[in-house]
Amino acid sequence: MEALTALLVGVLVAASVYLMLARNFLRFLFGLILLSNAANLVIFASGRMTLGAPALVPYGMDTPDGVVGNALPQALVLTAIVIGFGLLAFTLALAFEAYRRLRTLDTDKMNDAEPREDAK
Amino acid sequence: MSWLLVLPIAIPFATAVFAYLARASAAGRWISLGGSVASLLASSALMVGVLREGVIAAQMSSWDAPFGITLVSDYLSAVMVVITAITGLATAIYAFGEISERLEKLGYHALFQTLIAGVTGAFLTGDLFNLYVWFEVMLIASFGLLVLGGSRAQLDAGIRYVALNLVSTIVFLAGIGLLYGVTGTLNMADLSEAVAQAENQNLITVIAILFMIGFGVKAAVFPLFFWLPASYHTPSFAVSAVFAGLLTKVGVYALMRMFTLVFVGDVAFTHEILIWVSALTMVTGVLGAAAQTDFRKILSFHIISQIGYMVLGLALYTPLALMGGVFYLVHHIIVKANLFLVSGVAKKLTGSTDLNRIGGLYKSSPFLAALFIIPAFSLAGFPPLSGFWAKYLIVKAALEIDAWFIAFVALVVGLLTIFSMTKIWGMAFWKPHPDGIDPEPARISPAVYWPMMIPIIGLAIMTVVIGLMPEPFVQFAEIAAMQLLEPDAYVTTVLGVRP
Repeated sequence: MEALTALLVGVLVAASVYLMLARNFLRFLFGLILLSNAANLVIFASGRMTLGAPALVPYGMDTPDGVVGNALPQALVLTAIVIGFGLLAFTLALAFEAYRRLRTLDTDKMNDAEPREDAK
Repeated sequence: MSWLLVLPIAIPFATAVFAYLARASAAGRWISLGGSVASLLASSALMVGVLREGVIAAQMSSWDAPFGITLVSDYLSAVMVVITAITGLATAIYAFGEISERLEKLGYHALFQTLIAGVTGAFLTGDLFNLYVWFEVMLIASFGLLVLGGSRAQLDAGIRYVALNLVSTIVFLAGIGLLYGVTGTLNMADLSEAVAQAENQNLITVIAILFMIGFGVKAAVFPLFFWLPASYHTPSFAVSAVFAGLLTKVGVYALMRMFTLVFVGDVAFTHEILIWVSALTMVTGVLGAAAQTDFRKILSFHIISQIGYMVLGLALYTPLALMGGVFYLVHHIIVKANLFLVSGVAKKLTGSTDLNRIGGLYKSSPFLAALFIIPAFSLAGFPPLSGFWAKYLIVKAALEIDAWFIAFVALVVGLLTIFSMTKIWGMAFWKPHPDGIDPEPARISPAVYWPMMIPIIGLAIMTVVIGLMPEPFVQFAEIAAMQLLEPDAYVTTVLGVRP
């Protein structure tokens, strides 16, 4: 299972790097989404993958019964997904507004903050 | 005890909520100001507590470390929290003069206070994943502040800033995941022991590099700094002052924390990289500044160059060097925020930040000129200002371990800094205004002028005071450096004394 996850992370990172090298900001953004999912999978796999029960403590006991899955990485991934979702929503809105105002998403053609010297 | 640690974070958050509710009226800015004063009081109380106890820690919701989230403050954290509150207060006052009602209605004060809360949280947390969360709080607030107003330049800058910072965050997150996989803990004090005992030290070094890259982008070190000069000159001046003062320094702080507490197993490798990174950061920053002719762009490149000195303090990894690094951090935040505030007044008076299109400030506004000279010369390291002592400590530390070359680089970069500062001085202050106007203070209303000048005066006084009486500050930095190099007190305070 770990090997399969590692392979999946590798594929995701490769695809995201390919997308992020594009000049178009939207493609960059899609690459970013893939990359953040790859990072989430890394955290998930770091908690060790076991075929266990949910980490629930039975009534009247202090510890879970038998082998249970590690709940902490799942909580971390959940947090990271929520945060990542918020940030990506913002970035998407930013991309839309930038397209509306600058009429392009080609990062080479966006020179408003740093105008080219020879274009003056 | 835990209130001391919680209040500096809780107050800005509460202020943000109230400021957002009152964003449509003038009450918003007063709420922001009141919240900033309260934050300063709370962080001063924290400082007193830390001075008395050395290190203080609190477990959130009483979940014992290493399972719960820990807030912890040693000398370094405490001084960073105080300086954050000071910068926050200075900028909150400045906003009275600069921030327009339009930006206030869009929620400027709420975003600003959230940013302060995020920065403070990052300084106080003792948990790695929690540090990630604070980074995100800080980031999302800074995204909002950067593009607030939505000019074309801001949107362009926003895209670059957002994209590169998100990549760095993901690298940081992947590093956290791998480190948890190796050690099974996220508490920084617990990690300090678990990493030292880890079997696969090579893997630890790889993870250390991931953290170095993640924090390196935040700290804007060579070759990861490109988002900074692309964006810092576009938002309002209050925003760029608080960005310049605080944001990159959170990256430096995180580097200092992780590479003294956790990743110290292979100092010969990791810290050697940091030495070369810091040298190149210093040089590229200062050379980049030499090529610019915009007030704020020059200052932005100097942030990068100065970050090099702080990272050098960490990289040399001797008590004296770390002491210099801590001293440098504090000095730099005050000076850099102040220079950006000065540039805002200069813009109001002369109409631009392009040095070719402004001038005449020395003749018409000698008071502002004097207030520019103090932080500018402090930045370049002139005695008797605070920057002199900061540079002196770092260079002395380099010479002490016979790192001649790096000491030489640090001194040359200091000289080149003077070159840039004299360029601003010559073009903005000495030469007459090209359009023949007199940039007198009378050109803008006192209700705008004085709120912008008061924080500049206050920060300039602090620079002079630190410069003339460095002794208590140096002693403080010395204890902070000792705590970093020997983290036993930090670890025992967080985890408790164990058999």
